[in-house]
Amino acid sequence: MEGIKKLTKHQIFWPITALILVMLFNLFFTPGFFKLEVKDGHLFGSIIDIINRGSPLMLLSIGLTLVIATGGTDISVGSVIAISAAVAASLVGGQMIFVDGVQEYVTLVPMPLAILVTLVVAVLLGMWNGTLIAKLGIQPIIATMILMVAGRGIAQLITEGQIITIYYKPYFFFGGGYLLGLPFAIFIVGIVLLIIMLFIKKTAIGLFIQASGCNASASKYAGIHVDRIKLIVYTISGLCAGIAGVLISSNIKSADANNAGLFIELDAILAVAMGGNSMTGGKFSIPASIVGALVIQSITTTIYSIGVPPEITLVVKAIVVIIICLLQSEDFRKMFTTMSHLQRGNNIENKLTN
Amino acid sequence: MKSENTLLTMKNICKYFTGVKALVNVDFTLREGEIHALMGENGAGKSTLIKVLTGVEKLDEGEIHLLGQHVLPKSTHEAQSIGISTVYQEVNLCSNLSVAENIFIGREPMKFGRIDWKTMHKRARTALEKLNVDIDVSQTLDSYSVAIQQMVAIARAVDVDAKVLILDEPTSSLDEKEVEKLFEIMTKLKNEGIGIVFVTHFLDQVYAVCDRITVLRNGEFVGEYEIKDLPKVKLVAKMIGKDYEELNASIKGSDSQDDEAHSNKEVFLEAKQLGKKNEIEPYDVIVYKGEVLGLAGLLGSGRTEMAKLLFGAEKPDTGELCLEGSKKNIITPLQAIKNEIAYCPENRKIDGIIPDLSVRENIILALQSKRGWMKYIKRSEQEKIANDYIKLLSIKTSSAEKMVKELSGGNQQKVILARWLLTQPKLLILDEPTRGIDIGTKTEIQRLVIELANKGMSVIFISSELDEMLRTCSRMVVLRDRVKIAELTGDKLETNVIMNTIAGGN
Amino acid sequence: MKTNLQTKFIPILITFLLLIGLFAFGSFKYTGFFSLQNFLNLLIDNAFLLITAVGMTFVLITGGIDISIGAVIAFVCMLSADLLQKGWNAAVVMVLMLVIGCAFGTGMGILITKFKMQPFIVTLAGMFLARGLCYVVSIDTIIIDNPVYVAISQSRVPIGSGFISWSVVIALVVLAAAYYILHFSKFGRTVYAIGGNEQSARLMGLPVDSTKILVYTLNGFCSALAGLVFSFYMLSGYGLHTVGLEMDAIAAAVIGGTLLTGGVGYVIGTLLGVLTQGAIQTLIMFEGTLSSWWTKIVVAALLCLFILIQRVFTLVKAKKAR
Repeated sequence: MEGIKKLTKHQIFWPITALILVMLFNLFFTPGFFKLEVKDGHLFGSIIDIINRGSPLMLLSIGLTLVIATGGTDISVGSVIAISAAVAASLVGGQMIFVDGVQEYVTLVPMPLAILVTLVVAVLLGMWNGTLIAKLGIQPIIATMILMVAGRGIAQLITEGQIITIYYKPYFFFGGGYLLGLPFAIFIVGIVLLIIMLFIKKTAIGLFIQASGCNASASKYAGIHVDRIKLIVYTISGLCAGIAGVLISSNIKSADANNAGLFIELDAILAVAMGGNSMTGGKFSIPASIVGALVIQSITTTIYSIGVPPEITLVVKAIVVIIICLLQSEDFRKMFTTMSHLQRGNNIENKLTN
Repeated sequence: MKSENTLLTMKNICKYFTGVKALVNVDFTLREGEIHALMGENGAGKSTLIKVLTGVEKLDEGEIHLLGQHVLPKSTHEAQSIGISTVYQEVNLCSNLSVAENIFIGREPMKFGRIDWKTMHKRARTALEKLNVDIDVSQTLDSYSVAIQQMVAIARAVDVDAKVLILDEPTSSLDEKEVEKLFEIMTKLKNEGIGIVFVTHFLDQVYAVCDRITVLRNGEFVGEYEIKDLPKVKLVAKMIGKDYEELNASIKGSDSQDDEAHSNKEVFLEAKQLGKKNEIEPYDVIVYKGEVLGLAGLLGSGRTEMAKLLFGAEKPDTGELCLEGSKKNIITPLQAIKNEIAYCPENRKIDGIIPDLSVRENIILALQSKRGWMKYIKRSEQEKIANDYIKLLSIKTSSAEKMVKELSGGNQQKVILARWLLTQPKLLILDEPTRGIDIGTKTEIQRLVIELANKGMSVIFISSELDEMLRTCSRMVVLRDRVKIAELTGDKLETNVIMNTIAGGN
Repeated sequence: MKTNLQTKFIPILITFLLLIGLFAFGSFKYTGFFSLQNFLNLLIDNAFLLITAVGMTFVLITGGIDISIGAVIAFVCMLSADLLQKGWNAAVVMVLMLVIGCAFGTGMGILITKFKMQPFIVTLAGMFLARGLCYVVSIDTIIIDNPVYVAISQSRVPIGSGFISWSVVIALVVLAAAYYILHFSKFGRTVYAIGGNEQSARLMGLPVDSTKILVYTLNGFCSALAGLVFSFYMLSGYGLHTVGLEMDAIAAAVIGGTLLTGGVGYVIGTLLGVLTQGAIQTLIMFEGTLSSWWTKIVVAALLCLFILIQRVFTLVKAKKAR
């Protein structure tokens, strides 16, 4: 009993339980969900699909966990994805040329440079959010809303209103390639996760983020530069969204300013909430958010595979976010405890009268 | 006692906050046409009693009778409607609304289903004229001084046909003249038959206007007295309790010879014409090594602002700061920490603790920022430090991993103290370190302060309680209206002298 | 007294001058820009924005935020298009939409006030819920060909040599009603009091919780009404209608002098904010070579600029008050 109590106290316990539940559901109701096939030396199957498609979401949830831990939010990630996809696609693009009569594609600029530029743009966008919030004191929801709305316009300008198709083959590896039989994207997630975790655990940044999110004023008196911390987390969030943008454009081999990353901010916030992180800031766990992201991707994939109209997913997710936040709300819990108290009181009364 | 004149009785009032007893069996009676002082130190339960009476908090046990009728207000609105009005310490009005609206919002005069602004302005003017205030009532409240805002609050409270008027430390941000005016108004209202409950920290004010006194201590009822039966010294003794003599005996002693001592003591900090516009006028101050310097003055006198400038929590716009003889530029807390200055802020809950972090994390926080984010203190070292300080300051917690919000106020304060002691400061600034904590911890903290000073640390001590300052400080700087007005040492360190200096008399 | 009045209205004055400046610029640069009808077109094209921005102004004055409005408008268009196509009576559909809007707003208001959830997360979820419901109705565009809707859509109310649509009349009625409520009703003044200092408002015995819920209800109503007006304007329902409209509405309020921190705001200013955005849109249209996306970017930039101006003003005011 004591052991179970200890286990449930771990933040990651509940998202893992949720993941297991989704998996169990699939075990019974989705035939062939766990089937893995080897085709051309790669693994195929729903599980691999979840990992591959969930990679951008996992990246976003890493950045967003930090942002939410400082008591903020970032709803511009979808637009940052669109912008970085547009930048990457227009730089990599791929022009068709003929070499010895065989058609080949070359990039506008070398691919590493293109990706570097893309990530720099994403970092700058994150810093823009961070500056508005940390230096000008604008509420995070409004500051990032500005980029969310205007960002799609910027992406449109970059793509000149067109969907840019990418023809350059090596670029497809990021979002569609395989390494050791697994999707390459998951390795990128792994590397980013490793770097961020080292950054959080081996330096005091993690502590400072928690402190700033929990009590900004007290943190200032303790010598923490709260605005710098905020700037850092929004920058990281921008960078994560940028990498996600590269993965997505590589996976779908094009950049669509209107639809790339559309509505993904809800998934990302939901992932962080699923991970049991407080929506008001403070204590956080990135691995828990990653598991949360996997749960959401599994739900999405499940919905597709059991034949429920996929249109309903947005509705379901929105309701789940509300439920999780309700569960975090002290007043909501109080309402229930008082109700159960009343219940218990009635029971006792009943017993007494009996 | 003329019982037919009794306006309000509160009997056996009890109130518990998650495990803490805030009020235990407290009685309180108020007569028609009297001014009744409610006295007690910080944390004695005055504000809780008022909150219970005005419906902000629900009482756990006890009864309230108003004019013989049993009442139980569930909200401030309800309290107001039965005639119990309150004016709070911080002006609790809306500064974005006009003066007239602040008096009438919620019960605006209506005409044809719409707010009748003309009548409202007229009535607001009359209401304020009664209090001898003549201002443009259509202006927003924030265009007037705090004193005027206070008057507006009183006008609102009285205009709702109040039978009981509660004034919760209304004088803390008023100057002498404004206080006098307030007293005039209070007397006038009293003569109209209103019962006034007056909460204040200033003993002289109690004796200037009040008829009776009720004293609370640690949430318990001490007694109810006619003003003429209770001289000032006895009142203080009642407020502080029997611990008063004990405290004096146990702590006092080492600071008798300090007058000559200062001349050969080394200077740690010297501020020359340090100031910030609208916060505090430029001031000079010297802090010697190994002394406890007190900053005396009322709330809002500039004592906290003075400390904040030294700590870099506010950016000075004039003057300079020298530490051990060399000029330093301190404009952020981090720079102060790196220069071995520590600051325990006034408001523990808002500026002190990080509630959701563990005791351990709260303790190492300042040291960590002093070392920088790159040099993360190893977990094992953190645990050792935390446990050492828990022992050293006898912090009552089941483990270093407990969240600090689960600790009692006094222990939270000790955690903050540990945080700063850990940075090994040469100057420790304590702003109201004993507010709202139990008397035992209070004594411990006072004793600690003197010990630290004896070991050579400089301490700046700020407190609303003069007695506490007298016990700990060897020198005092007095502030009034954001100006440093005096420095007191030696035999001038005496209640009357300090009180008079604060009040601006002779 | 006079100086104070002036500082209070300086932000609105700036907006007014900006609007005149934009109009003058357009009139000099493009032929046909300076005409009564072109001005009235600003109202016709932005009637729905004005309605929803008025609702948003209420929310912002209390210090809250609602980013679900764009999605609610889209949902109202979508559902009414669907129901009309199924042969429902136009009047029934309109009433139903307004009821749905109110219910939606009330629900969010209850979550925010009773359970102390942050407005942004509640309305963010609301936004996705409404968008999701659009897709549940249909993922394709549904055309509205109900005769009543078409008739309203094509109606013209002559004004001098020009004309406006019935939607504009509705919007102006909403504006007038909002002005009246904010300045002459207890509810309206409580809205300001909450934005000024919620704790004080509570201590003064004002009905804070119910007022806040009512504000979100009112905003839900405005969104639904804006949705109806938008369906008259577009005569279609589509899941991606009015994406990002929440920023336009917030920008209109802020450009019109509403403080994001709450407590200060004027619906007349909001009208100016809407007209300013309309003028920018028209200018970009007249230019012809610029993509319509520039509108969003310019509005975003303008929003940032006005937030900056507000910062400066609050700082100056805080210094004076000391």
